[in-house]
Amino acid sequence: MEILGHLVDGVFIALEPLNIMLMLIGVALGLFIGAMPGLGSVNGVAILLPATFLVPPASAMIFLAAIYYGAMYGGAISSITLGIPGASTAVATTFDGRPLALKGRADLALVTAAVASFIGGSIANILFTAFAPPLAQVALDFGDPEIFALMLLAFATFVGLGGDDIPKTLFSIFFGLVMAAVGLDIMTGEPRLVFGDITGFMHGINFLVLAIGVYGIGEMLWTIDSTRGEMTMTGAVMTFRGILKSIRESISSWKGMTIGSFLGFFVGILPAAGATPGSLMAYGITKMVNKHPEQFGKGHIDGVAAPESANNSASTGAMLPMLTLGIPGSPTTAILLGGMVIWGLQPGPLLFTNQTEFVWGLIGSFYISNFFALAVNLAFIPLFIWMLRMPFTVLAPMIFVLSVVGGFAATQDMHDIWLMLIFGLGAYLLRKLDYPVAPAVLAIVLGPIAEPKLRQSLLFSSGDPMIFLERPISGPITVIAIILILLPLFGLIRRKLRGTKPAAS
Amino acid sequence: MRRAEIITAGLMALLSIYLMFKSAELNIGYIKGEGPGGGFWPFWLSAGMLISCIWIAINWYLKKSPPSQSEEKYLDSYGLRMLLLVGGGVTVFIALTHFLGFYGAILLFLIYYIRFLGRHSWPVTLSISVITPVVTFLFFDIAMRIVLPKGYLEPLFIPLYDIFF
Repeated sequence: MEILGHLVDGVFIALEPLNIMLMLIGVALGLFIGAMPGLGSVNGVAILLPATFLVPPASAMIFLAAIYYGAMYGGAISSITLGIPGASTAVATTFDGRPLALKGRADLALVTAAVASFIGGSIANILFTAFAPPLAQVALDFGDPEIFALMLLAFATFVGLGGDDIPKTLFSIFFGLVMAAVGLDIMTGEPRLVFGDITGFMHGINFLVLAIGVYGIGEMLWTIDSTRGEMTMTGAVMTFRGILKSIRESISSWKGMTIGSFLGFFVGILPAAGATPGSLMAYGITKMVNKHPEQFGKGHIDGVAAPESANNSASTGAMLPMLTLGIPGSPTTAILLGGMVIWGLQPGPLLFTNQTEFVWGLIGSFYISNFFALAVNLAFIPLFIWMLRMPFTVLAPMIFVLSVVGGFAATQDMHDIWLMLIFGLGAYLLRKLDYPVAPAVLAIVLGPIAEPKLRQSLLFSSGDPMIFLERPISGPITVIAIILILLPLFGLIRRKLRGTKPAAS
Repeated sequence: MRRAEIITAGLMALLSIYLMFKSAELNIGYIKGEGPGGGFWPFWLSAGMLISCIWIAINWYLKKSPPSQSEEKYLDSYGLRMLLLVGGGVTVFIALTHFLGFYGAILLFLIYYIRFLGRHSWPVTLSISVITPVVTFLFFDIAMRIVLPKGYLEPLFIPLYDIFF
């Protein structure tokens, strides 16, 4: 009951006029960002984070969370009407959403996506409210070795479930962690990795410099290079009556929605996994348990409902470890976590006892934003489709300008802007060779937290690394992390033994 | 693509070695009573980067990663042109902020991009190029009180400061 009391308080905080306005703007911006190919929640949150220094931290967080939420709804719009995922989280939505649109049922696909997103968000909100306080309670007992083991788990998830080239993922993680180590050593105060004695490196590399470089500049270059010109747009006829009819029709995909909502939430909780794997897994499992799996890929409504409910659910799930443990559940929440540090909030279980207004206001806003996102989405689908016609040659330069200005606003040092450009160009060139960039961003956020934990743990154990395996909580977490890292290796050995080539899935 | 893969791995390996040396300027071992030294963490992470690069090189040799099998060009003529025009444009944009300040540079960059790369009409180009810096000024300099550098255009802003501050 205590939780319900907190929740009601939180909803009231979320309903303050400033917060309502920010939620509406955030949701609308998020829908747009999600719908625009080349921009996803992580880009939007990274580029717009500096703009939130204007409002108090709680409102800033509510605004950014609304963007995150809205982007999950918005991704479906371009997946369906353009056949190009608006964000990586909506990749699975193209599988069946696009065929439905080509059959002339774009309206059904869009409405199903919106309804599924709403259901996914609602179920995830309830699960979040139920799980977060007890988890935070448990996490209060975590010491340095436990926190470090959890970070290890976050990186292991990337290696084991990311699906990218393993050495390249590892390279990306290590690179991000080294960049986080630049500046003054936190424990001894000695200058460290100050390249060429340039004073700009003395204050370290702000995570936003890497995040905006990678997700603003690098991602734009990548999108311009990979889309190369024309996209074909499938229109959708939306009338009030048609929407009501489609809502009724979309209920038939309740199975996909249920699977997506629950699976998405639990995949989202996994450190670093986030909404993209969540939605892909939900699609796979819904197809597997369906009586007519052969209809998937040709415009099955469950194929839209499952990934769309899963990506919303996972985005809320990803907030759970961020708020309770201080470990981000996805690349976007990694940036939110970095933002919390800038605002002077100490992420971790203590938030629930020391910053109840912040935490519960945010949780309350999840519920409200979810309604707003559904309403704005359904009401303005035609507007978003119209906006998708905005030429990329107008959007791209605006993003570049926002990235540079936002980057400067965050650190107020031109040195960092140049560094951001180098990271952006580097990210584009490396990404062409399949180097994943998200692990590096996660690493630069977690680096400054992970290093002191490791050093303190080792000091505590007088240099014996077994401390991570011997303690009752950190032990199992470390073991799971090691298994996750070795997971792809097991698959490799099994295939070798069977003598077959890897299946092209 | 295949050649680019190994060249990149080689360059990244060199970067890793440089980072290892740079980290070794601090103590990378265990100091009794103080825990691991300041260079310990970045040194071993850089070593991890180096090992990853070697692993990438082995995969390249065994032709196991997609780029190492690809016959496609790493940067074809479109990619190269795009990198020079867009990447170069952003570079010049940032360089210009040192002289013309953010607002002058934004104006020129948007005109360059929208008119000359995007081939949009002058009315579209000019309206976006003028509105964007104005909105940026109102948001950052006025609302957030984050003063963006003005370069040599500083005198032009003095009347504006008089109005708002």
